[in-house]
Amino acid sequence: MGIIKRLRQNFNWIKRLFKKKKARIGIYGPPNAGKTTLANRIVRDWTGDAMGSVSHIPHETRRARRREGVTIECNGSSVTLDIIDTPGLATKIDFHDFMSFGLTEEESKRRAKEATEGVIEAVKWLDDLDGVILVMDATEDPYTQVNVTVIGNMEARKLPLLIAANKIDLPTSSPARIHSAFPQHPLVPISALEGQNIDALYQQIAAHFG
Amino acid sequence: MMKGIQMDLISEDKLDGMTSMEKVRLILDEVRNGKILILEKGLTPNEQTKLIELTMTEIAPDDFSGIEIESYPVKHDNNILGKLFGKNTVKTRLTVIGPADQLKTIKKDRDLISALVSAP
Ligand SMILES: Nc1nc2c(ncn2[C@@H]2O[C@H](COP(=O)(O)OP(=O)(O)OP(=O)(O)O)[C@@H](O)[C@H]2O)c(=O)[nH]1
Ligand SMILES: [Mg+2]
Repeated sequence: MGIIKRLRQNFNWIKRLFKKKKARIGIYGPPNAGKTTLANRIVRDWTGDAMGSVSHIPHETRRARRREGVTIECNGSSVTLDIIDTPGLATKIDFHDFMSFGLTEEESKRRAKEATEGVIEAVKWLDDLDGVILVMDATEDPYTQVNVTVIGNMEARKLPLLIAANKIDLPTSSPARIHSAFPQHPLVPISALEGQNIDALYQQIAAHFG
Repeated sequence: MMKGIQMDLISEDKLDGMTSMEKVRLILDEVRNGKILILEKGLTPNEQTKLIELTMTEIAPDDFSGIEIESYPVKHDNNILGKLFGKNTVKTRLTVIGPADQLKTIKKDRDLISALVSAP
């Protein structure tokens, strides 16, 4: 790439940073990490509405959902976001897994089909974002391909990424393990379910996406 | 003949000579034939998402349930000259890919991937 073109790109980036009033933020992560639980909490805290349904069965969200104009106020500054709750990302989807949750074979096959479409939709959304909140289940191993792929894509696009180490209400959770896996990105340990540390998350959101 | 699972180790040179779509197509075709692939140099983040998308379109009940893929996070080259002149400063790394029903990651950390391979 030519120097002039690079300079112009950098300039555009700086311009974007200062001019943008509204940032489009995707909530990403593997199935069941708590993305919708978090999206619901953010949207409820700042608008009073809800976002989508939550379930212990993976791939509950199979269509991306956008909530426009969520204004978060924090330490005197305010940031307005479009929040996109995305379907959980995966490299494999086996309908038998849903049957073990008590769904019928037909329901399970349909859920699997919709889940594959949901993953594609989530991937496509990556092209239209200004930042990502990557939600990880802090009781699980952080070195997964889904996490590596989301982080790699945001780094390649030079877009901000915030890691939400979720489910810290559970005794086996370890946000420290996530931090040592991806030390180059800001991390906030939270419980989306119980609300622990959510204010710290709002501060980080205002700092990184404002 | 010895029974077993075929494993292909694909060199960095071969991968460098292929386009993104060729790589993704090759991987999926081989994995669907039951092979385990080890890439000397991994996929770029963009190729990783392409592979996920194509995998999703091919998943079908009782035929193909997807892939298992493990790699290390990309390495960033902090060479200032490289950055200044827009050279590629991201280095992808060793990657293992196989059919989801035959390859299972047991443990993965910063510098070790441990996996279990089983017959179909
Ligand atoms: N203990 C605990 N459970 C949580 C927390 N957040 C979410 N969960 C539970 O985790 C399960 C999955 O939550 P969802 O919000 O549906 O997860 P998701 O990431 O949107 O999942 P998909 O839409 O399937 O990709 C539900 O049973 C939630 O109640 C948390 O902070 N702590
Ligand atoms: Mg969800």
